[in-house]
Amino acid sequence: MMNLLSLLLPLQDVSAEVIDRIPSGYNHFILPYFIGILFCISWLLVGLLRNLASLPAEDRKRLALSLVTPKTAWKNIRDLFCDCLFHTKIWKRKPLLGYMHSAIAFGWFMLIILGHCEVALFVPKHLSFKEGNLFYPIFYRFFVWANPEHTTLRGSLFFFLMDFFLLYVLSGIGLAMFKRIRSIALGMRHTTKPSLADRVALYALWSIFPLRLLAESFTANLSGGSFLTYSANVLLRWLFGENLYIMPWWWAYSIALGLFFFAMPFSRYMHILTEPLLILYRNAGLKIRTLNRGFGEAEIYACSSCGLCLDACPMNIQKKNLRFSSVYLIRFLRRHNQAKVDRIADKCLQCGKCAQLCPVGVNAPAMRVVQRSLSNNVIPYHYAYMQDVAAAAPASQGKVLYFAGCMTRLTPRIIKGVEKVLQTAGIDYVFADKEGGLCCGRPLMLAGRTDAARKAIEANRQMILSSGCTTLLVSCPICYKVFREEYDLPGIRIVHYTEFIQELIASGKLSMEKDGTRYVYHDPCELGRGCGIYEEPRAVLSQAGTLCHASKERDESLCCGGSLGSLTLNYKDRGKITEGALETLLAENPECIVTACPLCLKTFSEKSAVPVKDFAEVVAGHLPQASA
Amino acid sequence: MDLNRVDQEKYARLVKLEPDVTCCIGCGSCTASCSAGVFSRTSLRSALLALQNGKEQEALSLLGACMFCGKCLMVCPRGLNTRHMILSIHKIYSET
Repeated sequence: MMNLLSLLLPLQDVSAEVIDRIPSGYNHFILPYFIGILFCISWLLVGLLRNLASLPAEDRKRLALSLVTPKTAWKNIRDLFCDCLFHTKIWKRKPLLGYMHSAIAFGWFMLIILGHCEVALFVPKHLSFKEGNLFYPIFYRFFVWANPEHTTLRGSLFFFLMDFFLLYVLSGIGLAMFKRIRSIALGMRHTTKPSLADRVALYALWSIFPLRLLAESFTANLSGGSFLTYSANVLLRWLFGENLYIMPWWWAYSIALGLFFFAMPFSRYMHILTEPLLILYRNAGLKIRTLNRGFGEAEIYACSSCGLCLDACPMNIQKKNLRFSSVYLIRFLRRHNQAKVDRIADKCLQCGKCAQLCPVGVNAPAMRVVQRSLSNNVIPYHYAYMQDVAAAAPASQGKVLYFAGCMTRLTPRIIKGVEKVLQTAGIDYVFADKEGGLCCGRPLMLAGRTDAARKAIEANRQMILSSGCTTLLVSCPICYKVFREEYDLPGIRIVHYTEFIQELIASGKLSMEKDGTRYVYHDPCELGRGCGIYEEPRAVLSQAGTLCHASKERDESLCCGGSLGSLTLNYKDRGKITEGALETLLAENPECIVTACPLCLKTFSEKSAVPVKDFAEVVAGHLPQASA
Repeated sequence: MDLNRVDQEKYARLVKLEPDVTCCIGCGSCTASCSAGVFSRTSLRSALLALQNGKEQEALSLLGACMFCGKCLMVCPRGLNTRHMILSIHKIYSET
């Protein structure tokens, strides 16, 4: 048996080689790796400089300032560790996926750090660039011969740690391989189709660590090892005899590394190094202005193409819509495929779920709006009439100004509910758009018609400011979001009716009578993910009846299908999304669906078998005098 | 008006891009609910009719005040994508 093996695997006497290789600190096998990493570093450096140069001067200044501001600097450090290394965001949603990713990322990071520490402690001169800084610590086990009998405690500790983290990474790689076969086992229904560069880098990455294990195991009796590599070495020597032929393994390991670094700039693994940059940009308060440049480019390259947005997207209730997901938007942006980018950008509902759940925090909906504005911002508009509306501000000095918005006017029951609640609580209010008003500008904004939106925003702003109100009450989350983000209204509190009613109840101005009705609350996209309001409506509804859970709620909630965000989604496909969302809402058999958005209310009402009510309508129905 | 001299090519492009144009039953729900219609003469229904009659400028002027609020989309009994129709009309007919 042994003879057969030795025929198959020609063995070589290593003793001569050992003496040879230790003092030199160099061997030809490092070349593939060395060329790969040099290429990768220079490519990235040029890319980084180009990206920084493409930032507007104002943004560059802001970035520089943020790096020296203690508060943002601390946030940077925290985010870099939590997001890039530990992946807390993935852990929280999908623990197994979180383990897989942090095993590879954090494990590899620790191998690199520990490797360098080991070299710093034992062979300090090799930390200098001239002495092989780029390869010596990586192939330390090859270059250093540690006499097992003279291994110090420090040495053993490092051997143990290196083996431990190698095992940790290997467990992650094992899960990653399994995920390719059965992604659902790790909590992903759909995964992305890898591109060619992705495949090359992926298979290289998969082979790096098993090859490292083999290479280190083959040398473990000469260079030392711990529980993993040394045991493997004993096994290998038992199988192949005392003289192991080690070189192929080190060559293979180096080639796998080189291939990975060579393919990396063209693959999804660019996210490893772009994510830190994006974190710095984001914490500096930078916003997307142009795609393929500056912040936009950082977002494109930070996308890890993981495909978590595929499961998140409400459109993907139909498999044919998978191709409109954010991951593919970014892929085609990277390839400058304008036709496909346009099609994908126009389809999206702008529900914001992909951005909310993205482990890297890429804001794809904002990218889509920028893309839409390229072709839609030039569309002409004739808004001269807006001046008259702005001038005719309803006098509401020191009062609450209620702005219902376009959509609420299609659902008069919301207005009825809000007015009843306000009157019961004795609030002095003025109805801003009773006879019709201007649109808030958000739909124009979402369509990429930014200039037109600015006109509408300015006209409304003038109307609100000259009305003299102190509180602006809105019942439409679409208006609410744009009022909060785009309107400059000094001294005026902008409040959504869910918050307002919750405050009225908390302060005792309003009381409700509870009955046994089982309610489920639907989080409108613009209110929940858009403005972070999840608790207020639930707090109020739990005083009206029993609150059931939806199978997907809060930041996981699904779009109702009626969103104005999509430009091209047709009626039939919207209907499928509505049905999907209703299914999640009816998970616990509620008797009534409650929502706080006129658009959701109208959309659900058309399809739901269960009554759909507005939040204010429910509150108005539970006021003490209503039952009396 | 001599309909033979109207540019049929643009309308053909519009129909190809927006097949919904031919599905409109002219009920006028969009016009009745229009937010901009309160302040300025705005009507998608009339605009489509104007286009079919070769009155391109009139069609554009009927849509210029549109604020894109989407109410027409919500009320259309045929489920037509009115907003995208408006975008396409502007894009095709505003070309010089």
